[in-house]
Amino acid sequence: MIDYLNILLYVQIALCVFCLYRIIRGPSIADRMVGIDIFGILVVGICAILTITTKRSYILDIGIAWIILSFIGTLTLAKYLSGKKLNE
Amino acid sequence: MKYIALFIISLIFWLLLTFSLTTSNIIVGIVAALATTILFGKFFVTSIYKFLQPQRYFWFIVYLIIFIWECLKANIEVAYRVLHPAMPIKPGIVKIKTDLKTDIAKTTLANSITMTPGTITVDIIDDYIYVHWIYISTDDPEEYSDKVSGRFEKYIKKIFE
Amino acid sequence: MEIIGFILICVGILFNLFGCIGLIRLPDVYNRLQSATKCVTLGTCSILLGVLFFCGFAGAGVRALIALPLLFLSATVAAHALVKGAYIFGIKLGDKSVKDDYKDVIKS
Repeated sequence: MIDYLNILLYVQIALCVFCLYRIIRGPSIADRMVGIDIFGILVVGICAILTITTKRSYILDIGIAWIILSFIGTLTLAKYLSGKKLNE
Repeated sequence: MKYIALFIISLIFWLLLTFSLTTSNIIVGIVAALATTILFGKFFVTSIYKFLQPQRYFWFIVYLIIFIWECLKANIEVAYRVLHPAMPIKPGIVKIKTDLKTDIAKTTLANSITMTPGTITVDIIDDYIYVHWIYISTDDPEEYSDKVSGRFEKYIKKIFE
Repeated sequence: MEIIGFILICVGILFNLFGCIGLIRLPDVYNRLQSATKCVTLGTCSILLGVLFFCGFAGAGVRALIALPLLFLSATVAAHALVKGAYIFGIKLGDKSVKDDYKDVIKS
């Protein structure tokens, strides 16, 4: 079972390449931000699978922190796009 | 009153997150929950007595089951549009009227619209919700507001109002 | 129990794959965000449920249960912010679009 999970882990890491393609090629700045947002969610999936294969439960804590940090980062970039100051 | 409710909710969250019942852990949790309450208490929901009415929890569970079923259908529909070679999409932004009054009910409606078949909320201005839709099937305003928000609106009214 | 968890993780990664293909294929920002929020968020929720079935109701399982509503709420709110920001920044809807009710509101 653990071997199959390792294969799934490699598939999930390979999916990040799609997001990198969108971040590098994206014609406008909003396309790049969508790529960054999706990249953050995929990393949480990687953390969840690593928790099972290594049997260390603190890796999921990193996942929870990553959810909150990626949320704050996306909100900040979106606020920059709509042309406001950060304290409005 | 709302400060006490926020304190209890954040303490339960901390205990679930650490999942151990030693004395030092509980003391740290109380200090952290107190700091959260003092800093962010004024942003919490105002009508706190609604937490104590049990029929709202019953309608919440019914709403959750319907919501998960709609989510699965949404996923399969969007996946079909992505994988089809000709990509049958017809996107656009439509305007939908809603009857909900309180802020938290409007937020819940917007979040559920974002998670269901091919629709994503752009903005809420007064009583109107602006929705980006990946496949506009009809041109009649009555019909598409029933199609997008009609399924959830009656349950959300029972839960939050 | 482990079989159910394994099936849930497989379904989640399949949905992630569909979401990433949509991120490459669809024509403009708004449609990409459609496929991204729905498919990838639901796929990751499915993976976290799989972790809950694997580890039982202790340690990592409870953390997965906490991470699930957090991920759900933060992903939806981030999607709203991105769509509104992109529209105000001035990115046009794609060529296939048939209707735009939001344009009049922004102008005034």
